[in-house]
Amino acid sequence: MAERDVWILGASMTKFGRYPDKDLIDLGAESALAALDDAGVTMADMDVMGAGNLMEAASGVGQRIQKQVGQNGVPVYNVANACATGATAIRCAYMAIKSGEADMGIAVGLEKMGKAGLLGSAARSDRNVFEPSGRYGSVMSVEGRIGTTLMPGVFAQAGMEYANEHGGVGFEQFAKVAEKNHAHSTLNPLAQYQKEFSLDEVMGAEMMAYPNTLLMCCPTGDGSAALVLVSEEKLATLSDDQRKRAVKISASVMTSDPWTETDQVQPDVNTLTRNAANEAYETAGVDPSDLDLVELHDCFATAELIHYDNLGLCKPGEAGKFIEERGPWRDGETPVNVSGGLISKGHPLGATGVANLYEVATHLRGEAGDRQIEDAKVGLTHVIGLGSACAVHVLEKATV
Amino acid sequence: MGKQVPIVDYLVLDDGAPHLIANRCDNCGALYFDRRNACAKCSGRSFSQHRLADDGTVRSFTIVHRAAPGVPTPYVSAIVDLSGGGVVKANLLNVEPSPDDVRFGMTVRLTTVVAGVDDEGTEAVQFGYEPV
Repeated sequence: MAERDVWILGASMTKFGRYPDKDLIDLGAESALAALDDAGVTMADMDVMGAGNLMEAASGVGQRIQKQVGQNGVPVYNVANACATGATAIRCAYMAIKSGEADMGIAVGLEKMGKAGLLGSAARSDRNVFEPSGRYGSVMSVEGRIGTTLMPGVFAQAGMEYANEHGGVGFEQFAKVAEKNHAHSTLNPLAQYQKEFSLDEVMGAEMMAYPNTLLMCCPTGDGSAALVLVSEEKLATLSDDQRKRAVKISASVMTSDPWTETDQVQPDVNTLTRNAANEAYETAGVDPSDLDLVELHDCFATAELIHYDNLGLCKPGEAGKFIEERGPWRDGETPVNVSGGLISKGHPLGATGVANLYEVATHLRGEAGDRQIEDAKVGLTHVIGLGSACAVHVLEKATV
Repeated sequence: MGKQVPIVDYLVLDDGAPHLIANRCDNCGALYFDRRNACAKCSGRSFSQHRLADDGTVRSFTIVHRAAPGVPTPYVSAIVDLSGGGVVKANLLNVEPSPDDVRFGMTVRLTTVVAGVDDEGTEAVQFGYEPV
């Protein structure tokens, strides 16, 4: 069967935050049922399911959700792919539909982290007698002794490498990214935090790993998001209302990190993002200047700034100028992270790569309420998981 | 002085002055601090040990203020481009952990310091880089 186009029929996300009274599966079931309702279909219509979760990855999360929303015997793909886990779940449903094996599918991203603290290398207790172990023959924990592998520092180093290579980028420009995302979040009732901070407050907050202060780091949290996908042929048989609200997936691209000289000591988050974006633009026939909004992976303010350049939202080397001139603000040249981004909306790992498609789809449907980007027709989502995995999607408004 | 061991096996203490070594792909020259089954760049399957230079320049850095338990803060984590090839991550030592004192491109050289002592009195030695 020939390849066919895939559309988003339903989308949902829970508010991100902390849910001490709900378990992981409650969160997943909530977004799955909401996405099915939004699509006007039921689990019985699903031909495939993708479930993305990181911290309970070995526990059959998709099947556990089915126990709560409907067991219909279809293939379930449980996936884990660092912070790109949610997007990977989408890809499972997308590829099944694209190939002709399925007409309709559901993808759920979910995570319950609570207050997880700093993420990065696993803590290793110092043994009482030094014995080399592992591929580096280490005799004790090297964290903090041979540089840092904790996330705030790793992404600080990624941003500072850009600052070294290009002019006009420093602490203040990175901080302005967080100032923007916190301001944007005040319009998003689904964001974990909805509080505005001045640039001075952002720069004056507790320093985590220079130049990232506490207000420039995403929080840990809980949440879930889900999409119902449908083939173009199947969509044509559905109601006018379903077709009007459907959103076209014009490109769905996933990459991993090709070898670079530095990646064994500093993960390269740039090359795989550029590769994914370039392929997505080509597939969709869309230019960065066509984008009405972008949701990109701002796990830290330093990360967002370098992705302006990686995604071609600014001229090469001019990410500092782009934020200085307010290009990524909601009233700027290309609005970026009008949801508040990971920095304010939150980053429940497995949910993130689905929630960004929910956000863009909601704007393309004209249903984003106070934060609606007027007349949005084309949007892009980007997510990256260290290790590394990257997914870029281009979404377009229905023209029916 | 008690026995000393390197914190990682790519730091060599018992062959002249302390220095770093890497596994170098015989086919393409890619350098690896850990053992590889095949080369990530070219898939070549044979490697030879290669001594890395002791000096280099700072390519990127961060100053870590909130760290893993037991790690003294603040400290500087840096990515260093080594003279003659190779990129390494390490702490910068003997420098103020302040953005005013760490500069991109500053020349640094390898130095070592004791990282800890085990119950048998063996010292683990770590490497870092200090301004020249």
